[in-house]
Amino acid sequence: MIKSLAKYIGQYKKQMLLAPLLVLLDVIAELSMPILMSKIVDEGIPAGDTGYIVKIGIYMILLAMGAIFFGVANMKVSSTAGQGFGANLRDALFKKVQSFSFANIDHFSTGSLVTRLTNDVNNLQNTLTMGIRLLLRAPMMLIVAMILAYRINARLSLVMAVAIPILGIAIALIMTNAKKLFTVMQTRMDALNSTIQENLIGIRVVKSFVRQDYEKKKFKKSNDALTDAAIRAASLAVTNMPVMMLVVNAATLAIIKIGGGLVINGVMMTGELISFISYIMQILVSVMMLSTIFLMLARAEASGKRIIEVLETQVDITDPVELKDGSILLQKSTSAMGISRNNSQVHPGKIEFKHVSFKYTVAGTGENVLSDINFIVNPGEIVGIVGGTATGKTSLVNLIPRLYDVTEGAVLIDDVDVRNYKLDDLRKGIGMVLQQNTLFSGTIRENLLWGNENATQEELEKVCKDAQAHSFITSFSQGYDTFLGQGGVNISGGQKQRLYIARAMLKRPKILILDDSTSAVDSATEEKIRKSFYSNFKDTTVLIIAQRISSVSRADKILVLDDGKVMGLDSHTELMKSNRIYQEINTSQQEGVLANG
Amino acid sequence: MVEHRKPEVQNKYSQARAGRAHGGPVGPASSFEKPKNTGKAFARILEYLSKSKGSLILVVILLLLNTAASLAGSYFLKPMINTYILPGDLAGLGMALVGLAGIYLIGIVSAFLQARLMVRIAQKTTNTLRRDLFEKLQTLPLRFFDANTHGELMSRFTNDVDNVHMALEQSVPQFLSNILIFFGSIVMMAVLSPTLFVVTGVVLVLMFFIAKKITSASTKYYRDQQRTLGMANGYIEEMVGGLKVVKVFTFESRANEAFAQYNEEYREASTKANFFAGAVMPILNNMNNISYAVTAMVGGLLTVAGRFDLGSLAAFLQYSRQVGHPVIQITNQLNNVLAALAGAERIFEVMDQEAEDDNGTVTLVGIQKKEDGSMEILGKKQRPSHWAWKYPQADGSVKYIELKGDVRFHDVTFGYEPDQVVLKNISLFAKPGQKIAFVGSTGAGKTTITNLINRFYNTHNGQITFDGIDIKLIKKADVRRSLGMVLQDTHLFAGTVLENIRYGRLDATDEECMGAAKQVSAHSFIKRLPQGYQTELSGDGANLSQGQRQLLAIARAAVADPPVMVLDEATSSIDTRTERLIEKGMDKLMEGRTVFVIAHRLSTVRNSNAILVIENGEIIERGDHDDLLKQKGRYYQLYTGQYQLT
Repeated sequence: MIKSLAKYIGQYKKQMLLAPLLVLLDVIAELSMPILMSKIVDEGIPAGDTGYIVKIGIYMILLAMGAIFFGVANMKVSSTAGQGFGANLRDALFKKVQSFSFANIDHFSTGSLVTRLTNDVNNLQNTLTMGIRLLLRAPMMLIVAMILAYRINARLSLVMAVAIPILGIAIALIMTNAKKLFTVMQTRMDALNSTIQENLIGIRVVKSFVRQDYEKKKFKKSNDALTDAAIRAASLAVTNMPVMMLVVNAATLAIIKIGGGLVINGVMMTGELISFISYIMQILVSVMMLSTIFLMLARAEASGKRIIEVLETQVDITDPVELKDGSILLQKSTSAMGISRNNSQVHPGKIEFKHVSFKYTVAGTGENVLSDINFIVNPGEIVGIVGGTATGKTSLVNLIPRLYDVTEGAVLIDDVDVRNYKLDDLRKGIGMVLQQNTLFSGTIRENLLWGNENATQEELEKVCKDAQAHSFITSFSQGYDTFLGQGGVNISGGQKQRLYIARAMLKRPKILILDDSTSAVDSATEEKIRKSFYSNFKDTTVLIIAQRISSVSRADKILVLDDGKVMGLDSHTELMKSNRIYQEINTSQQEGVLANG
Repeated sequence: MVEHRKPEVQNKYSQARAGRAHGGPVGPASSFEKPKNTGKAFARILEYLSKSKGSLILVVILLLLNTAASLAGSYFLKPMINTYILPGDLAGLGMALVGLAGIYLIGIVSAFLQARLMVRIAQKTTNTLRRDLFEKLQTLPLRFFDANTHGELMSRFTNDVDNVHMALEQSVPQFLSNILIFFGSIVMMAVLSPTLFVVTGVVLVLMFFIAKKITSASTKYYRDQQRTLGMANGYIEEMVGGLKVVKVFTFESRANEAFAQYNEEYREASTKANFFAGAVMPILNNMNNISYAVTAMVGGLLTVAGRFDLGSLAAFLQYSRQVGHPVIQITNQLNNVLAALAGAERIFEVMDQEAEDDNGTVTLVGIQKKEDGSMEILGKKQRPSHWAWKYPQADGSVKYIELKGDVRFHDVTFGYEPDQVVLKNISLFAKPGQKIAFVGSTGAGKTTITNLINRFYNTHNGQITFDGIDIKLIKKADVRRSLGMVLQDTHLFAGTVLENIRYGRLDATDEECMGAAKQVSAHSFIKRLPQGYQTELSGDGANLSQGQRQLLAIARAAVADPPVMVLDEATSSIDTRTERLIEKGMDKLMEGRTVFVIAHRLSTVRNSNAILVIENGEIIERGDHDDLLKQKGRYYQLYTGQYQLT
């Protein structure tokens, strides 16, 4: 894992290499203090040499100042490297996610992708920043202090040979067990949070069924279970400190006992004993610190895994492979079906489905959503698509701009397999209004310009008139510069849908697909939008998915889907005569016998 | 759907944020929020803590004991060196060490017990806090939920409760212990050597001011960091949330460019903020070392001058080390405590909301109808065949009125905001067993009418009666018990399909639940689920289609078997062909009950006893299907397709 993340250090390598050096200098400066102090006690005081005492004292002050410099410098490089690493990683992750196909997005869900890009990256970035400080400091402290202690008195340092493993093992035991308990706690916390969330979302249901007491009981059970787990985990975790104190204190006692004897026998000096006690403190604190670092790393590891999972995801829809001579390597299965064309643009907008079957590989039931679909739509035609819920209408149109790839067969645009287009070229030629659509925070103009960033005001107004959006936009006091909150929260559903349509129209695409895009628009307005397709989008092939037959009855052709199969492709009049399913849908939507009579 | 996604993301944030608080790298995430009224929030937290008064007193005693042991342990160095080591008394040293071991042991045991106790106190307190908050939420009126987003409310439970918890478990005891150690060390130092103490004191004061200076400088950078982080995260949320739209418009490269800029701004700000926050540590640490150096030097000189001794110097050096740490940590802990109080304040804000008013005295009781038409009142245990309103009269007597389902509106006016009118002078009646339909455009006020029947909201003017009783006199829970609601937005709960149906009536048997499912044609799809009725539904039934969820919601209402039913677009997501299939079941469900139906599709409402056409909060037409067609008004236009609903 470290290997695959290390490359994101990038331009901050210098800082990463500088950091250990600064830490080492800092540690040496800090650990020299007790030795110097012992010189005051052992040499200066007995000799009564005030000049020597002052000299050593000034050395100590200078060392401390040096340590400030090294410490601050280390903060500088570690912040730069840590935050820089985070930025690089975030950037790479963002780019990766932007390259995801719809299937990839479905696999992760957008919520989880957002968490990975925000929390997980931040977690790693902070770990690195802290890590450079602690991760390096603790072991260096441990080693340098051990060397110094050993040099003062080798026999006395045997105490540490006993104390360190005891402390290490005790803490490791506590930590591993606490980690398990914390995992249990986290699971219960998640459960509690979903109970709360459910109650917030479903508050109307709870109230109307008068289930407050039932919910309270459910909550109490969940809450108590959480508290129980939390107490168990935290109680174990807090034993860390007393255990550490126990070991430190026992070691101190042993050192005073043995060291006191050595001093009395004249083998060791009093000052050395005092500084030795300082070192044993430092050493054991470092051991303690190391265990915290391991805990931190464990947490970072989880975040790291989640990030790497995204970074290493195979994007399943990519540009076709370009050969050296500039031509494109054709999809094997389709070479017979399509003509090879370099740098193809969508023009004039013919759509052909050849024996297309499709199933969702992610989150799907494994059953075909579409099976053996065959049809041709000629350039400039307007085609309606109708069928019950979950009959494959959306899946079918998603295959055209390669939002998903076919499982079998091929989709051809202008006689070229869609898989042989460059993705950008293909999608630039196709305007699509998704069923689950969204606007972004920014002005109406900025949102519309997604369709064509170079569009002029005239072009904007023209498509907005076609999409029946101009009049409501101009009714706002800020007009096209009206600011939309995230997701367009401040305008109505019908208004949003008209902006979606205008945005797609602004692309001036050769093929325009509307996936149930007028469900919140009243029928008079819907009719006007439809008319603009005939007058202003004559050269555009238009596909319209609709719930209401009335929305598509005037289309050139209507494609009837049922259970993932094409059940008819003809004009309204013809389908009314011969197509049973179409008739059924029609009757179920006809309110009165009077309508046609 | 787009609107639905947002709170989910927000909640993920807050959950993750809460998770981080459990020992993650403690970012200064909440360090700078301050409560508005510190004293008040503090007093109320104390009230919660007062339940563990005994344990708390014990904690304070243990803290004192621990501090005393720690101070004594350091002081022990003086006699150890002066009395035993320097004169060479090995046997005395052994004895003294036993004493020191005793002091250490007291320190360790008291620290251990204090930590364990505090864990319990903190956990129990947050448990109560969470429970009180949840139970309060259950009593709040819908207005409150309209005005607050789920994300906001969730963060009361996650962030705010967690801040309180962390402060109680760690910051507060550490803060107290630090203050004790700080003052204890100062006293001991002053006792050991007043001269040295003055020298160390100067350095300490200097440290304090430097710490303050850096902290206030870093506040600015910290704010910059939070601001740029917010912008970068906001952009991530939008671009990833709308990723499918990004792809359709081939906006990827532009998004990458824009993001790179946000990211760079954040990197610059966070590098600075991290540097300043981090730089405090080595500076203060080494200031402490300087104070150590000065102490050693001056102490050495004093000893040479014969005004001090080696043992005292060793002890003093220990204290001068101890005294620095509290100074370094206290600011941080104080910030945590303030953040916790700010969190507590937000929690109490919710708890102080006014609960749904409920002055009703009329209650629902089960009855057994006898052959002669009289009623026998049943106890709670028996399952009644009929229900009656128990209506206490002014003179002390009690009147029983059979629940029949006669609902009337008398000149009802209502608006969600005080100055807004959604319903104007609505009068209508539904006799027992009748089916009343509301037809009208979105926003005309149809759902609002049903929201008044079950008293989600109170009328401004006019009166609604239930079997002749003003519904304001009836206990809310009992009004709602007599109503079966199938709401526009279907909400299911985590649990099995069977449990979700049983939500309608908790004592329903498995057979009754399945019977209800069969009645509304939900049985066939449930049987095809992986575990049938035992299939676990994920949050809000996300693994079912909207249509399937609606069928379950209808089954849930059916099992409740209420005398009055409200069906608000109950079949809107079921396609027209399937709706035909379940029509019979629906008809049977409505049989013998008073039913209010709201539907877009006129086929759903055709056979109603009365159809009310609502426009702009007013009833513009009323009558049955044939009457309305004869009127040749709006309904006629709708029916003949001349006019369509929006």
